[in-house]
Amino acid sequence: MSVLVNKNSKIIVQGITGKIGSFHAEDMIRYGSPVVGGVTPGKGGTEIHGKPVFNTVKEAVEKTGADVSIVFVPPPFAADSIMEAADAGIKVAVCITDGIPTQDMMRVKRYMKRYKADKRMRLLGPNCAGIITPGEALVGIMPGHIYLPGRIGIVGRSGTLGYEAASQLKDLGIGVSTSVGIGGDPINGCSHRDILELFENDPDTDAVIMIGEIGGPQEAEAGAFARDHMTKPVCAYIAGLSAPKGRKMGHAGAIVSAFGESAAEKVEILKGCGVTIVPTPAEFGSTVQKMLASMKVAAE
Amino acid sequence: MDIHEYQAKEILAKFGVPIPKGGLAYSPEQAAYRAREIGGSVWVVKAQVHTGGRGKAGGVKVCKSEHDVEEAAEKMLGRKLVTHQSGPAGKMVNRLYVEGGVNIAKELYLGFVLDRAEQRVIVIGSTEGGMDIEEVAENHPDSIVKISVEPAVGMQAFQARELAFKLGLPGSAVADATRVILGAYRAFRDKDGVMLEINPLVFTGEGNLIALDAKMSFDDNAMFRHPDISELRDKSQEDPRETQAADRGLSYVGLDGDVGCIVNGAGLAMATMDMILLEGGAPANFLDIGGGATPERVAKAFRLVTQDKNVKAILVNIFAGINRCDWVAQGVVKAVEISGLELPLVVRLAGTNVEEGRKIINESGINVISATTLAEAARLSVQAAKTGSAKAA
Repeated sequence: MSVLVNKNSKIIVQGITGKIGSFHAEDMIRYGSPVVGGVTPGKGGTEIHGKPVFNTVKEAVEKTGADVSIVFVPPPFAADSIMEAADAGIKVAVCITDGIPTQDMMRVKRYMKRYKADKRMRLLGPNCAGIITPGEALVGIMPGHIYLPGRIGIVGRSGTLGYEAASQLKDLGIGVSTSVGIGGDPINGCSHRDILELFENDPDTDAVIMIGEIGGPQEAEAGAFARDHMTKPVCAYIAGLSAPKGRKMGHAGAIVSAFGESAAEKVEILKGCGVTIVPTPAEFGSTVQKMLASMKVAAE
Repeated sequence: MDIHEYQAKEILAKFGVPIPKGGLAYSPEQAAYRAREIGGSVWVVKAQVHTGGRGKAGGVKVCKSEHDVEEAAEKMLGRKLVTHQSGPAGKMVNRLYVEGGVNIAKELYLGFVLDRAEQRVIVIGSTEGGMDIEEVAENHPDSIVKISVEPAVGMQAFQARELAFKLGLPGSAVADATRVILGAYRAFRDKDGVMLEINPLVFTGEGNLIALDAKMSFDDNAMFRHPDISELRDKSQEDPRETQAADRGLSYVGLDGDVGCIVNGAGLAMATMDMILLEGGAPANFLDIGGGATPERVAKAFRLVTQDKNVKAILVNIFAGINRCDWVAQGVVKAVEISGLELPLVVRLAGTNVEEGRKIINESGINVISATTLAEAARLSVQAAKTGSAKAA
């Protein structure tokens, strides 16, 4: 089953005729993702990579039945594109764009709340690497070949650190159900907690890796959720042990500004919630292996 | 992006927030001239630096004569001001702001921040103005009032009024206070602020509100729509390495260690630094060269990292997703050849086209220590930095 996207998804690419959008759309199609079209205002009626281009998301949804969108629109216009997707009835939107103004994202989050919970779009990102359900759908910019199909869920803020984790798993022959990027911005769509909930309810996921970083309250919130509502084991790594307070480490959201936001503090909070800590970023694979082994023992 | 106090006040004034009479000075003579221009018998000379805690560090001086103003200016200009917030290097004082004295009856605090948990603008008020809000939060938590702004409609007058009453202002001053609070909110919202602090917001003996100090920083990502704010950037207040990096589209934070890091992706860059620390070393920097790490970017990154004289070894850690290892490898080889790099270099490549990338590095003839895993790369670079420094000694 996996979470959020699978082989039955119908994916459109917003900004498909732009340089970056076009490049990754082609890559996604090559991977075998079910891409059904794209949107670029003013280019409606044309085709790219053998897929139809539409002027509006609404039109794309009407003509193709699209339910997933990936957004490659430049920062000044990206917030608008996300709201357009929400309004057109898209169920899952992945925003890759890095550099969207924070106040724009506040308005996007507010706008999405005008839809009832069951009609509300799930947003991943912005500033994320996307989602991949290996062997079924790649909705993002990650290298597909480093993910084996399997039963471990991954949720993380960072793209490349997520690749690191997936490839360590692959080296040990362990596969991934779905890997979900939630992005490095201070105000984002789905949180770690939201994705843990999806994995908990997914029959094809056995355990979860959470890759967090300094800044913000989301990892602590996810830890509390794992403690109170999860039966599946969760392991976590928090990047930024060596990061000085008050400095922004690349991601707009990676800054320690309050108590509980440093890597050391988050690790303590997660430990207290019963989450297994991945001791170093070189031990994603071995930690999951141990976790799976002890699950097996418990089952016997 | 941070701006100076006087610039923040100019912005606030445009939104109807009263500020004291003042003027900018680049020299002691100019400072004295400003004092004469402002008139009165008390002035405050304030160092314009991008850091807090100026008062305790000698960056704010109350003067009773023009001669005193000139003397205070003489002492501040051209020196580095080290405060408890500036870091040990301090900030260079190139500009002063001279202000007329204000008859203070009450010092209040007014702040605006983007709250990540609430995903809203939060307005913070306190009756304990004039000290760090962190200090107030610890010692007088009851004095803090927080108001959450609904993003769809913005801050409403009733919210500003409620805040004004809670700040203990008399009824006669509340209409004025509402205007000031809403004006400050609009400045924050319209200019894409991420932080605005008016501390203290003074209630004067004459019954007026006036912003005595102001600190404002802005969302870098929104500067494309605020050329007027972008212009206020003062590069003399930034770490020159970070300025250079930003101008080249790289994300760099200078640290104190000796292992220079060149990594793609912010998360992996932090993890690489963590790994160096866990192997007993110390990273010299955070550097994210971005997803699409072209050979040119890699070359720029090398120039940046080698400028730091503390660096004893360099670790390149690239997990190629969007980009390809062979491109990165070409960039590494080119950079080493051009710069004539003498420092030990550890390269770890992974992801797309990794075999081609390693081949390029191995066949280039440059002196490189190759690593296949993150752990190995960190261990080798820490070792190289230690033995390298042993040799130098």
